[in-house]
Amino acid sequence: MTTTSVSKGCFVFKPSAKKKKKTLSLEDHFTNGCEGADNSEIRFKLCQDLWHKIRADTEVLQDELNRKILDSLLDFTRKCSSTRQHSDWASQMRASEIPTAALVLGVNVPDHDMTFQSLSELLQQSVTPHVASVQAKECGALKHLMKRVLERLMDTVVTVDDEEEEETEQTSTQLHKSVHCSLSTLCDWYNAKTMKSKTGTPGKKRSSPVRDDPQQPPVVIIFKDLEAFNPKVLQDFILICSRYVERLPLMFIFGIATSPSTIQHMLPHSVSSLLCIELFQSLSCTQHLATVIDKLILTPQFPFKLNGKVMQVLMSIFLYHDFSVRNFIKGVQLALLEHFHSQPLSVLCCKKKEALLNVMQLSHHDLESIRHLLSFRRYVEKQEPQEQLNLFRDDTHLKEVCQKLIKDLRKYHKNYYPVLRCLHTLTSSLPRYPLGKQVRELHLICLEKNVWENEDYQTAMKLLKMLAKDELIASLQRCVEILQPVKSKKMKKALVELEELLAKFKQLDTVAAETLPCVEDCITSPVKNLQKKTDLFQLQKTLLEMNESRRAKKLSPFEVLRNEALEFIDGLVKSHLSPPESQTLNEVCYYSSSATVRRHLNATPRTSIQAALSSPYYYLQNESLKTEDGTVSNAAPDICIAYKLHLECGRLINLYDWLEAYATVVSAAEGNNPDSDNVRKVEEVKHARFIQAVSELEFLGFIKSTKQKTDHVARLTWGGC
Amino acid sequence: MAALLQHAGYEEERLLRVAQQMPCREVQAGMLLSLMGQPQQYSYPSIFIYGHRASGKSHVMHVLLKELELPHATVSCVECVSVALLFEQVLLSFFGCDAASLLPRSPSLSDFVRIYRQQCSQSPAKQTRYIVMEKAELLRDTDANLLPALLRLQELVEDNVTIILLSEIVWDKFRPNTGCFEPLLLHFPDYSKGELQQILSQDRHPSYTAEFYSSYINILLGVFYSVCRDLRELRHLAALNFSKFCEPLAEGKVKETDTHKLWRNIEPHLKKAMQTVYLREVSSLQWEQMQQMEEKESGALRGLSAHTHVELPYYSKFLLIAAYLASYNPARTDKRFFLKVDRFNFTPKNLLNHLLGPKPFPLDRLLAIFYSVVDNRVAPTASIFSQISSLVTLQLLTQVSHDDQLDAPKYKCAVSMDFICAISRTVNFDIVKYLYDFL
Repeated sequence: MTTTSVSKGCFVFKPSAKKKKKTLSLEDHFTNGCEGADNSEIRFKLCQDLWHKIRADTEVLQDELNRKILDSLLDFTRKCSSTRQHSDWASQMRASEIPTAALVLGVNVPDHDMTFQSLSELLQQSVTPHVASVQAKECGALKHLMKRVLERLMDTVVTVDDEEEEETEQTSTQLHKSVHCSLSTLCDWYNAKTMKSKTGTPGKKRSSPVRDDPQQPPVVIIFKDLEAFNPKVLQDFILICSRYVERLPLMFIFGIATSPSTIQHMLPHSVSSLLCIELFQSLSCTQHLATVIDKLILTPQFPFKLNGKVMQVLMSIFLYHDFSVRNFIKGVQLALLEHFHSQPLSVLCCKKKEALLNVMQLSHHDLESIRHLLSFRRYVEKQEPQEQLNLFRDDTHLKEVCQKLIKDLRKYHKNYYPVLRCLHTLTSSLPRYPLGKQVRELHLICLEKNVWENEDYQTAMKLLKMLAKDELIASLQRCVEILQPVKSKKMKKALVELEELLAKFKQLDTVAAETLPCVEDCITSPVKNLQKKTDLFQLQKTLLEMNESRRAKKLSPFEVLRNEALEFIDGLVKSHLSPPESQTLNEVCYYSSSATVRRHLNATPRTSIQAALSSPYYYLQNESLKTEDGTVSNAAPDICIAYKLHLECGRLINLYDWLEAYATVVSAAEGNNPDSDNVRKVEEVKHARFIQAVSELEFLGFIKSTKQKTDHVARLTWGGC
Repeated sequence: MAALLQHAGYEEERLLRVAQQMPCREVQAGMLLSLMGQPQQYSYPSIFIYGHRASGKSHVMHVLLKELELPHATVSCVECVSVALLFEQVLLSFFGCDAASLLPRSPSLSDFVRIYRQQCSQSPAKQTRYIVMEKAELLRDTDANLLPALLRLQELVEDNVTIILLSEIVWDKFRPNTGCFEPLLLHFPDYSKGELQQILSQDRHPSYTAEFYSSYINILLGVFYSVCRDLRELRHLAALNFSKFCEPLAEGKVKETDTHKLWRNIEPHLKKAMQTVYLREVSSLQWEQMQQMEEKESGALRGLSAHTHVELPYYSKFLLIAAYLASYNPARTDKRFFLKVDRFNFTPKNLLNHLLGPKPFPLDRLLAIFYSVVDNRVAPTASIFSQISSLVTLQLLTQVSHDDQLDAPKYKCAVSMDFICAISRTVNFDIVKYLYDFL
């Protein structure tokens, strides 16, 4: 560094403030190591916008889903607080019971937080300012539970003079602090509180018109995870509360993950008789997910899409592992981020106008990568030779073509989802659900390959051809409802055709009366033949004949019409439900790296450790470690060599043999002749290295010491060479 | 009746009021009064009162002390998380907050005695002071010296003070093995049917006559007395079913005196309530709704125990099944079930393992069974392991070893046979085939 000083000496250079404070922003993290850095800023912005939109949408959606149960809970609290004030006989008899809501939320515990969050917010807005929620892990003992409840209740309103005691309350042995840690303190506080609000101006309080009784708002305590609470603590707490229930309008909400009968398992009769429990059941998480997928994935609204494999990974994590909708959305977020991060062409993954603009601004480099896209090459192959040359040489021409292709892709999506839903409404009521019960299953089938080549699709169509008239009409009617709001041209045309078909079905009623008797005739006559005595072979033969004749028989007008309708549906499916991989430029919108998603969301620690031990090159990337499959270079780290050697042993490993083998391998690596004399004796250094490797393996859980045999260790994993 | 409650030193009318407030407990109250003596007289140092739940122990004490305006402190031992709270409540109600604040942090018994003496020298007792301790059985879990000291507190503080312990347990279970001062024992017997009738008839509905309510209680007791004698539960049942009882009256079909018709009307409902006595399956509010709509479909509103179905992720179900198998099968039979080579032949032992309850098993046995029962290959991912711990928090499994033991943790399966059968049905797994007891 240079200074302006002429004198010699020591100079202190303080680091400049700018350098010191520089923390990487989100965007910097995004641009770092990003593919195709030149348009990374735009991609970052697009990604952010899209994510914010998705998040806002899902939050709104979840609020809506929870609304019903939250509303009924709110009603319950209001009703309870109002009956307390009534002095009629029934409520007097019930006065000693603490009203309790048992809220069954399902096993996806991570999702509950949001529900409770909005529940307590709603309660505070419309029923009572006194809401405290507690979690099991912070209430190991009764005094902790008590302390949390008091803290949270009084904190909401009084703060100043309580702060000191809350800090010191940590050590509950201190007398003065634990004085305040009883419900009588809470009672006094509550009385003071309500007295104040009685005398104070009522307009000043956060009184909303819904609040029926501002004088005696209930005190609500929410137990977020009832199962995890220590039953003894809970019982004692309820016993204490019941002593104060006359003075303090208490109310409980139990969050239950499994089933309501846990209450009976946890609380004996003497305690549960103090409660007045009412049950509230929330939406099941599979229904919840179905709605989220419906609104988030199966819509042309968001340009970002997941391909079949990624969807499969996310779905299997949900169904097989956690049942958590929140994690599913997190997975979508990860895929979104990865897509924009790793795919330079994702600049085109946005709204139509922006996308068209962005096409024009693509650099030569980007265009080259478009030319390398698999789907684009397939497209080029179908073109005339002259056009092919143009596409490869002329950048501006390519841009124009790209615009057209982007538009096509959008149209494809616009048509895809309505048709998907139509097909689903038709097939979802079929016996045994050949194409899945849920629309997401059908979606997965469609993403994979041409759905009409699927065997299940054929069976579904066969079943549809046997559908009764009213059922068919009802499902076609629903299809009409699905198609109605769609704006695309093709769908409008389809809608018109479908309505015509429906009209024909309805006309049929009048005509049907005349044709019916003739049909009956044809069926009944062979049945009459059956009445005669026949042997089994004869019977089979006649039945086959009957079948033949029925097939050959002239179709009734309804059947003709039904076939027509189904052919129409089939046509729709064939023209619109082709898999996205067949679409040109699908790479722009579809994220396809399922392995990345799987690696991030469903980590496999055991496999990673084994991979590291058996092929150290995978992680260390050192050329000297590169080996053939299944072997370990003798230059590998000690633990890898020890691991490899232990795989060759049985359940019990002789430590001395193991050491010998290890020493042989290592000295071979050092270039010593294994037969020479000095190798016979194991060096101290090698011995130490071996011991270290063995203890590392023990730490990782591959071996453990055993008392069955001296100088042996037991292997804890099975398999191997 | 009130004649029993005559005692020198207390005003007649007060005693009369007391007697009115506690029907059927005159004998015990009279006994107590004579033990307590006149207000200014020294009383016996400690009295131990025991009797079943809802036999009026707390109520009698409360009424006596309150109506006769005797200085007293009532402490519930559940609430006293630490002894400090107990001491403080006593000091607070005898000498006010100033005395209570004199107690040091984490006070010992001698601190309490010291402050008590100090305070009572300033304001000596003109009347006997009473300390009532509810749920006294919890005192046994506190410091060993607390109970003996409390029993002879009178001597320790040299003041006219009496300790009254209330408990549901007999004194024999209290006696510390070092011996202690023996309190006077007083038993509150259970109420007889007639007494229950008398007590329950007291909380009558204001808009109906006393006779009418009393006849209702009579019917109620006729049905429930054989299964339930708990006053509190009976009172709950009475409140629950009364509106139904009055229904024909409100419709004008029956007169109040027509007991037979009323009985015919209420009987099926009481029979139904009988099935769920003690369970508190539904809230009182819901019960009423249920009765209103019952003829149509009462299946819509089911009790708590009817909801036992739990939805679990696919692998969690298999983990639970594996845990159940590990808990109820002897480890040596694993080879027979999961190696698919029938080398051993066991003779079944008639539900022996199911009668003994679940046994603990190590984590690796659970996983080994899991991998052999689950139908497709499962990667040993982190979420498999996290599912095990979430099953523990849901209390479907219990961890037997200590939390700190990271090496080979042990678990037990905590679900019932019915539950696991329901779970395995949903994944098409025939669990009975794999259970050693059912071979």
